[in-house]
Amino acid sequence: MISFDNVSKRYPGGHDGISNITLQIDPGEMVFLTGHSGAGKSTMLRLIALLERSTRGQLRVGGRNLTRLQRNQIPYHRREVGMIFQDHRLLYDRTVFDNVAMPLIVAGLGHNEVSRRVRAALDKVGLLKRERAYPVTLSGGEQQRVGIARAVVSKPPVVLADEPTGNLDAGLSQEIMTLFESFNRVGVTLLIATHDLELIRRLGKRTLVLSGGKLIQDHKSVYPNA
Amino acid sequence: MRETNARKSSAKLSSRRQINPRIWLTRHLQVALSSLGRIVRTPFASLMTMAVIGIALALPSALHLVLHNVQTLSGSWDGAATISVYMKATVTDEETAELANKLSLDNRVSAASVIARHQALEEFRQLSGFSEILNTLEENPLPAVVVVKPNENQSNPQQAQALADKLGSMDGVEFAQLDLQWVTRFHAIAKIAERVVWVVASLLGLAVILVIVNTIRLEIQNRHAEIEISKLIGATDSFIRRPFLYSGFWYGLFGSLISWLLVTLSLWLLDAPVARLAGLYQSKFELSGMELSTLSLLLACGTALGLAGSWIAVGRHLNSIEPN
Repeated sequence: MISFDNVSKRYPGGHDGISNITLQIDPGEMVFLTGHSGAGKSTMLRLIALLERSTRGQLRVGGRNLTRLQRNQIPYHRREVGMIFQDHRLLYDRTVFDNVAMPLIVAGLGHNEVSRRVRAALDKVGLLKRERAYPVTLSGGEQQRVGIARAVVSKPPVVLADEPTGNLDAGLSQEIMTLFESFNRVGVTLLIATHDLELIRRLGKRTLVLSGGKLIQDHKSVYPNA
Repeated sequence: MRETNARKSSAKLSSRRQINPRIWLTRHLQVALSSLGRIVRTPFASLMTMAVIGIALALPSALHLVLHNVQTLSGSWDGAATISVYMKATVTDEETAELANKLSLDNRVSAASVIARHQALEEFRQLSGFSEILNTLEENPLPAVVVVKPNENQSNPQQAQALADKLGSMDGVEFAQLDLQWVTRFHAIAKIAERVVWVVASLLGLAVILVIVNTIRLEIQNRHAEIEISKLIGATDSFIRRPFLYSGFWYGLFGSLISWLLVTLSLWLLDAPVARLAGLYQSKFELSGMELSTLSLLLACGTALGLAGSWIAVGRHLNSIEPN
């Protein structure tokens, strides 16, 4: 589903985000990405979502060659990749419902379809009762769940999460991971950047370890068929 | 509940890009209304912007209207061009009548009438108010006049002038004067005024665009987060542009409506004094207001300027906002 072939990202000024990364993530895999701050975790996610372009190598997502994708095709690529952020990136002047509906409206879906899908996504993350609420009235964990609902509402085949549990306590982190596992069970490919090693160990999924922009370890899943 | 749509089997991504026209239209309507809503929610700031646009558009519209009125007024004089043929004092009334008869048979002339010397004096006595003084004169100082109305085929100024020159050189004629001259001069002045209206309109149109560019630029800054997130979740450039283009459209439309109001109000204020002035000239002239075609042109120009301004602002500022 996602393949890196000798991919490098060098920022203007000579700093390397990642260098010579080669790896393959199969459809339906749930993979953790870990490493110190500045190891290149975010850069990898940003390259996959085409928030940045790689400077060298071939990067493919779902058969689409991102290296050669034209600028006007980028929006259509991003619709296929759900993104979840540590700081949620919600719009605070819009209700929970409107925040989650954004990807569907951008994709040009009709009103009934939007309502149906937004409610389904909110139901999934347990926030159906808060659809009329504004994000500021929600707790950190709830806001993160709104962000997750927005990322999955358009049913993208790939979901990327950048430190999704960074600000949450252990209990809430576990809840979020349980959600991710349930998406993974229906076939969504997930790539989760985190440095919560305890969580990674508990779930026993495939884990990529980055250091200084290089892939230094690729632990296969402890439970291969999970 | 999320359906398990055999996603594992099809790893290939698809780009769904079909557009349902009904949904597309609904979306446009929603965006148009939400842009309008944004304008209404900040009434003071919005009204200021619209008033500036309104005033900027009102000036050229008013000038155009004045010019239009003046041209209608002068248009009614064009056909009435006449040549006054002043006879020499030695020519008798009979000879003058004979000349008039002869002239009225000329195919370049549609009518020739005589104002005999005593008629001229009588008219002058009545209109000038110098009757007392005129009574003291021993003899009538006024010449007889043959008023010649050129035929329709002689109505352009050059032909009429040629005819006047011809008449002026006839026996017994002191001189012939074409009354059209001032009309042609007036037309030349009107042409210049027209040019001035265009120059003023262009400059103020530019001002309207700049006002809108600035307004939309501020709006883009205020909605920075929204634009960034929209780009993150795959909004196309046109999707992001749309609300701002509608804002520009509304500003232009309401601005031109304000300018129409201003012009109409000014006309209403001018109406009574103009009627009084026209009355002094025994004219039934009335100021004509903005016609429907002019109003639609004004509205079209206003919205076009609004769209142009927002297009420039969006083009300059949207690309600089990229998600990070």
